[in-house]
Amino acid sequence: MITGMWASVTIVILAAFTGYEVISRVPVMLHTPLMSGSNFIHGIVLVGAMIALGHAHTPAEQVVGFIAVALAAANVAGGYVVTDRILRMFLKAKAKE
Amino acid sequence: MSASVLIEPIYLLACVSFILALKRMSRPQTAASGMVFAGFAMAAAIAVTCAIPGMENFALMGVAILLGGGAAYYAAKKVAMTGMPQMVAIYNGMGGGAAGAIGALELLRGASGVSAAFSALGGIIGAVSITGSVIAFLKLQGWMRERPIVYPLQKASNLALLGAAIIAGALCVFRPSREILAAFFILSAAFGFLMTIPIGGADMPVVISLYNALTGVAVAMDGFAIGNFAMMVAGTLVGAAGSLLTLLMAKAMNRSIPSILFGAFGAVEQEGGDIAGSLKPIEASDAALMLGYAAKVIVVPGYGLAVAQAQQKVKELMDSLESKGVAVKFGIHPVAGRMPGHMDVLLAEAKVPYDRLFDRDEINAEFSSADVALVIGANDVVNPSAHRTGSPLYGMPILDAEQAKNVIVLKRGKGKGFAGIENELFYKDNTRMLYGDAQESVSKLIQALKDV
Repeated sequence: MITGMWASVTIVILAAFTGYEVISRVPVMLHTPLMSGSNFIHGIVLVGAMIALGHAHTPAEQVVGFIAVALAAANVAGGYVVTDRILRMFLKAKAKE
Repeated sequence: MSASVLIEPIYLLACVSFILALKRMSRPQTAASGMVFAGFAMAAAIAVTCAIPGMENFALMGVAILLGGGAAYYAAKKVAMTGMPQMVAIYNGMGGGAAGAIGALELLRGASGVSAAFSALGGIIGAVSITGSVIAFLKLQGWMRERPIVYPLQKASNLALLGAAIIAGALCVFRPSREILAAFFILSAAFGFLMTIPIGGADMPVVISLYNALTGVAVAMDGFAIGNFAMMVAGTLVGAAGSLLTLLMAKAMNRSIPSILFGAFGAVEQEGGDIAGSLKPIEASDAALMLGYAAKVIVVPGYGLAVAQAQQKVKELMDSLESKGVAVKFGIHPVAGRMPGHMDVLLAEAKVPYDRLFDRDEINAEFSSADVALVIGANDVVNPSAHRTGSPLYGMPILDAEQAKNVIVLKRGKGKGFAGIENELFYKDNTRMLYGDAQESVSKLIQALKDV
């Protein structure tokens, strides 16, 4: 079984190809929603921020961790709502057809 | 201990869902459902993170999530559709800031070796992303000059700054101290700030996409540093998809990434060659007459339509013209407005049917057979100087509105476009200018059309 560093590198390289392949034929119309959607997906940084704050002991660490969690939560919530609103426009337009 | 066995499987599930979400979002039919996928995946990943053993500070965490998430939720709900591009920029910047802060925290805590190196990478990329995105936000929001800000030795000093940031980052890894750590982040943030101010507003969509990809990479780096594979996969996914998206957007504008980042758009305004002709204003009633008796009208919407929130009125104008037997088509430039697809979204909101919207390749051949090209708040995307070598706009694909028999331009004032370049189209013999806020002007046109 591959372990440690190489496992991580393998995962990351496969993920990079996946990201590239998955959107390689996107119409121009969807550029903005897709950017907004991927903006939401990197909101996963909230998980890391929570772990960082969750293991913070000194006040300095807590302050930085608190900022990280607040910013990441904004990324998640804002990213979702903005994407949802943009996509809703498409839904409405389709429903009319 | 019981819930913690779920952590890895749920992270895996989240990663798969993110991939499926991106896949669905790249097709119009499935785009909306893709977001639901991603939303559930994110909620599950966040919930299960609380089960990681040895976590503390839950109260602080709750307050931070409520504060940050609540404010962002409220702002994102409230902002008008026209403000969406800059909202993407600011939330992306916050993600970058979070990634930077995680890197800082790991270094502060005395991470060493490979982990410290990845923390430093996450730190520098995150810090560049947050200040860069904030500048993009300020420029699009109009709180900062949209024109490129340039000064002598800009590239050299920025390069030196980046070099200094990298050296400070290396010191953080090998000889850590709080002072160096602070210097590292200040230098990184300053670099993000300074490398973004020379970029003009016209290029901002591409730049926002670039910072979006960078934030993804920063998140992946942090994922490496703290050994969290959900962050590694999701971050890399966004980094790769975002990079490709950035290239696609730049291609749609016929711009290259280096020329966007280092070209300082308006700075090369050496032309200024006198434009023949003059600006010829027109009254709404006369414009309505031209429109009412036309057989075919092509509407070219731009940012001015978005600013004036004129999309509903434009739909009314379309209905009114069609009731008079005028064929109405919309020519949508891929980057009209401030983001690709901006116009599609706004016109869809006003319920303009999709079969009236045509992209550049489809509509350009039709301008010569159109009686009137109605340009509503668009400027650079119809500037014929893009066809001429030596123009700063040279090579940008444009809508050939100048080919139409008559051109009516709705414009707020006599200012230049985003790129800061005079538009020859406005001076042509067959062009008339209808000055005023786009919404008011279109209302006047609708009113005047009733008497035609």
